Amino acid sequence: MTEKNGVQIVPVHAGPRVLVVDDELDFMETLVKRLERRGFEVTGVGGGQEALRLLQKERFDVVVLDVMMPGMDGIETLREIKLGWPRTQVILLSGHGGEEMGMRGMAYGAYAYLLKPVSLKIVVETAYRAFEESGLR
Amino acid sequence: MPAFGLKYLGTKIAVTALGFSLIPLIVLGVTMYSMFASTYHSKVQANLATLAENKRQGIDLFLREQVAQLRTIANSHSVEALSSPDMLESILNTMQMSSKTFIDLGLINEDGVHVSYSGPYNLSQANYRNETWFNEVMVRKVYVSDVFKGFRGFPHMIIAVTKQEKGKVWILRATIDSDIFDSLVRWLQVGDLGDAYLVNRSGELQTRPRFGNKVMEIFAPFLRSSFSGAKVMEHEMNNKKIFVGGIWLEQKDWLLVIEEDQHGELRPLFRTQAATWGLMGGGVAVIIIGTLLITRMIVAQQERSDRQQAQLNEELIQSSKMAALGKLAAGVAHEVNNPLAVIREKAGWMRDLLEEEDVQASPNFKEFEDAVAKIEQHVERAGNVVHRMLGFARRMEPVCNDISVNDVIRQTLTFLDNEIKFRDIEMIWQLSPDLPSIQSDASQIQQVLLNLLNNAIDAIGRNGHITVSTGVDAESRMVRIGIRDDGPGMDKEVQGRIFDPFFTTKKVGEGTGLGLSISYSIISKLGGSIRFDSKVGTGTEFTILLPVKHHD
Repeated sequence: MTEKNGVQIVPVHAGPRVLVVDDELDFMETLVKRLERRGFEVTGVGGGQEALRLLQKERFDVVVLDVMMPGMDGIETLREIKLGWPRTQVILLSGHGGEEMGMRGMAYGAYAYLLKPVSLKIVVETAYRAFEESGLR
Repeated sequence: MPAFGLKYLGTKIAVTALGFSLIPLIVLGVTMYSMFASTYHSKVQANLATLAENKRQGIDLFLREQVAQLRTIANSHSVEALSSPDMLESILNTMQMSSKTFIDLGLINEDGVHVSYSGPYNLSQANYRNETWFNEVMVRKVYVSDVFKGFRGFPHMIIAVTKQEKGKVWILRATIDSDIFDSLVRWLQVGDLGDAYLVNRSGELQTRPRFGNKVMEIFAPFLRSSFSGAKVMEHEMNNKKIFVGGIWLEQKDWLLVIEEDQHGELRPLFRTQAATWGLMGGGVAVIIIGTLLITRMIVAQQERSDRQQAQLNEELIQSSKMAALGKLAAGVAHEVNNPLAVIREKAGWMRDLLEEEDVQASPNFKEFEDAVAKIEQHVERAGNVVHRMLGFARRMEPVCNDISVNDVIRQTLTFLDNEIKFRDIEMIWQLSPDLPSIQSDASQIQQVLLNLLNNAIDAIGRNGHITVSTGVDAESRMVRIGIRDDGPGMDKEVQGRIFDPFFTTKKVGEGTGLGLSISYSIISKLGGSIRFDSKVGTGTEFTILLPVKHHD
């Protein structure tokens, strides 16, 4: 996959299926568009509950999950995902740093912990690696 | 305000201590003295009373003897014998052989006519019929006169007894030498200024006193009534106090008066008084000096602990300020971070879209690309500030390794070598060679050292000295790092705020104002402390203390 690929020419199911969960809708929508442009099949939701509902219906390879969210927060959502869909890889994304949060996330089975603002390149690379590893299991 | 409080405390302690020690001392001194004085007074008065009693007995005995002697003569000789002047003279001579008390002797008949007389005066024809004493002796049979001048014109006293023979009454009369009587009374005088004399009921002197200054007031109280035994009073005369003892004679209606000089008698008392005052004065002086010394010590101690308390409070305030500001910084950073992330993603999306060929064909393509680049650049810049703020708020847990502080310092200086050379700054090294290695986080210490050295370099500007020293702090047993510059120093206002986040004296854009506050929280986290000492015109020295073992 090259970054030059346009949205129209990405083959269906060719790339990893990614779910972006973030209450900051502007951020979420933009991230969805940019990841789609780079060959992922991407869906975006604004909260943990919605994410879990969607996971019931569809399969996702990778979930990009914001930690700080109102209602059900990222860590809680992560635990639910790991209980229900252990093969799905979760990348935590946080605007609020803190080793502790990261450690907790990793302990609950997150694949990676990224700090906002993060360059898209890193998100893409991490998502690919996560996808590849999920495939190995 | 604290200085005033301490002064007040000192005064309170001093006054209380002085009160509790001086009042009992003075009460004790005064009580002891007054008890001693009153005991001594009554002792002196009792002595005087005894003396008066003894002396009265002596005088009474003397008078009784004279009367008895005269009566013996009267009874042992016939009127006929006594009527003969020769016989009378021989009797007088016999009497005078044993004592010169009697001056003359005379026989008087009941008509008051001198029948015979023997003595130095020519009184043979004197008639006493109208004299008081004559009538008195006729009635009472014995008479002792007051001292009077009589026919002879000089003071004398007489004794007279009656003799009855053949139905007629005769009177034998003798004159007593008042000098002998005087000396008898004056015998046993007390002290240099004491005196003794007799007065009659009307207060006339009957003997010559030693000093001629007698006034009625001295013995007047005794004259008002007769009393048995001796009485003692105090009398003040010409600013001189005397004791006056008075006792009535038994043989004659005379009062024996004895004067004693109080000053002489009470000399031991005055010595005691002087000693009491001296001791009390000495005691008071010792107590005052002791109290002042103790008070000063207490106040100094209090001052010391107040200062320590103030320093502790300051440190407490500083650390709680840092904690509060840390929370605030974290909150602000988080709130700013999310919009920054959105802006960044939007800019990224625009960049993605700029890759579309039709957009690249647009005449303003270059402008769009530049604008997106600028947005990304400044989001980056804002992101850095936010990260530093978060770095201040959330300190990563330090890792613990055995490190040599001297090595860390030398290594840190290599980052600044060029800057130091460029600015003509001379480094002075005072590193202790036998510094113990400490368990701490080398990279965090390095960050602090970089901050402090950068500040020192900025303070100096050009041409100056930076002294870096290490050692072991004697008091806390911690490793000490000192960084001293000879820059312009800081005034009090700046000194109070240097650890505050975002406080900077550097130009806008040159300093974030976070260096020292981050350094402060790093060192606190490492279990150490950071202090500074600055004087305008002299420079600034920062001192870091780091524990040898990190206990966490």
